[in-house]
Amino acid sequence: MKFRGKIVDVACLNHFTRVITTVSRLTKTCVLRLTPDNLLFVLSGKVADGGVSMWCELSQANFFDEYQMEGVSSEDNEICLEVTPENLSRALKTVQNAKAVKVKLTKKHCPCLTIAAELPTLSSVSRVVTHDVPVDVIPRRLWHEFKEPSMPDFDVSVYLPPLKTMKNVVDRMKNLSNFLVMEANLSGEMNLKIETDLVSVTTHFKDLGNPPLRALEALVLDLVCLSSSSSLASTDLPPLPPGDDASQDGGPSQSRDPEAMAQARVDIRKLQQFLMGQQVNPSKAMCNIVHERVVHLILLHEDVSLQYFIPAVA
Amino acid sequence: MPLSTQSQADDEQYALVASMDNARNLSNILKAITFKDHAIFSATPNGLKVTVEDSKCLQANAFIQAEIFQEFTIKEDLVGFQVNLTVLLDCLNIFGGSTVPGASTALRMCYRGYGYPLTLFLEEGGVVTVCKINTQEPEEPIDFEFCSNNVTNKVILLSESLKEAFSELDMTSEVLQITMSPSQPYFRLSTFGNSGNAHYDYPKDSEMMELFRCTKTQTNSYKMSLLKPSTKALALSCKVSVRTDVRGFLSLQYLVRNDDGQICFVEYYCCPDEEVEEE
Repeated sequence: MKFRGKIVDVACLNHFTRVITTVSRLTKTCVLRLTPDNLLFVLSGKVADGGVSMWCELSQANFFDEYQMEGVSSEDNEICLEVTPENLSRALKTVQNAKAVKVKLTKKHCPCLTIAAELPTLSSVSRVVTHDVPVDVIPRRLWHEFKEPSMPDFDVSVYLPPLKTMKNVVDRMKNLSNFLVMEANLSGEMNLKIETDLVSVTTHFKDLGNPPLRALEALVLDLVCLSSSSSLASTDLPPLPPGDDASQDGGPSQSRDPEAMAQARVDIRKLQQFLMGQQVNPSKAMCNIVHERVVHLILLHEDVSLQYFIPAVA
Repeated sequence: MPLSTQSQADDEQYALVASMDNARNLSNILKAITFKDHAIFSATPNGLKVTVEDSKCLQANAFIQAEIFQEFTIKEDLVGFQVNLTVLLDCLNIFGGSTVPGASTALRMCYRGYGYPLTLFLEEGGVVTVCKINTQEPEEPIDFEFCSNNVTNKVILLSESLKEAFSELDMTSEVLQITMSPSQPYFRLSTFGNSGNAHYDYPKDSEMMELFRCTKTQTNSYKMSLLKPSTKALALSCKVSVRTDVRGFLSLQYLVRNDDGQICFVEYYCCPDEEVEEE
């Protein structure tokens, strides 16, 4: 197993650091899959986590100037590590003004991701900074747990309102209730609702727009292509929502009443955690709801995609 | 404004409808009296009075006159109810309490009557939030029987001068002692804590002293825990009047200017901790 990469562009370094910081806000530990084309931060929904899942995908070519990887074997050309993203984030933050940052898989007293950089100083001599971030290697037999999640058979897909507004509202709602209902329809409307003995609060978002089905198809294909080089790619295409042949310009199933709301009741802290983590405004932000089952949040930046699954509670 | 598109017919059912372009003009002043969960709302054609009490020894009132509201319609002479003030403040600040210039939350507050929840419609940037807060039967606010005829001592100070003193008050002191006198020390705040005794004196001819009318030397002590919340009202205000009556009861009245420069009042009444000492 070998991995070494080098980042020389300061904007790329910046962006890379911000993505990892965002991931660190979503989960304490997660799996980092290194493939020839991508870095993937994966959290597999476990009951202990309240079942949230996360899938964050970066195309390595958009960040690294040099990238060399040799996986476990030629058939399984991948490296799977368990990492604490906060440690990576902290290390990267200290080298933001370096000319170049190297990331390597090393073995010190234990396996580590070593982050090394030369930092400019006031004198002519540079300062060398090295961080050894301990990681755990995940054995091949457990790799099946970290497969790409399939696009759920959602009832409604809608663009999210400005994340800042959502965050402000959810922050206040958290003071009032532990659970929140997210509902949306195909007329571009979304409501966030809480209800307790003391109070009920509903925030109405309108004119959000619904992503056309074709956009979602493209997203699915993109994600599959990105991970197709890896031996762990889902071999079956996720099922597309029913009725996709019905409309010409890609609107979801005509048979669904556009005003009908699909809803899911979620733990408000999970949603708050997702919203707290967002540092950069995404180019696209959307939400799929499977009625009373799961809320699937998707954020797309140019070179990073982040998916977050929050299960519904009774 | 989207909120005003509610039909006239809807309004017929409400005993009280009050609208504000900037919800902060209500939420800021309510923060000055939020030291307990519950507040008693009394609305009359003159405006809104919100009362919070603590252990029958302290009462805080916030007055928001009808003119402060863009719309204030009341169907009866007195509409009263009780709500959870913390919940109300969370609702008023639902879009975040930040002061982004140009962005303000519009508010429309509606109350149908006994047994109905207090309904708030809040709007910012085209997003509407509807809150329904359960109400309870209002308790009767205590009448502290504080009347101007029985006032022995009165001073009006610029709040600036008291803010520093109040922020430095020795919290290990169980009481805040207030001495008012026609002679030295004129107006004195004292604490007796673990670090020792502290005195803050305000001479009668100080430029901070806008009015000085003391007839009799009086020293009264008030529980620190009861008066500490008044610091919030002091922080918002530009002027404060301090009055004591023959019984040693304390009245603090704060003049507060809101975001739009309009004037509202907050007052605190407090019972003395001990018998009135006369020198």
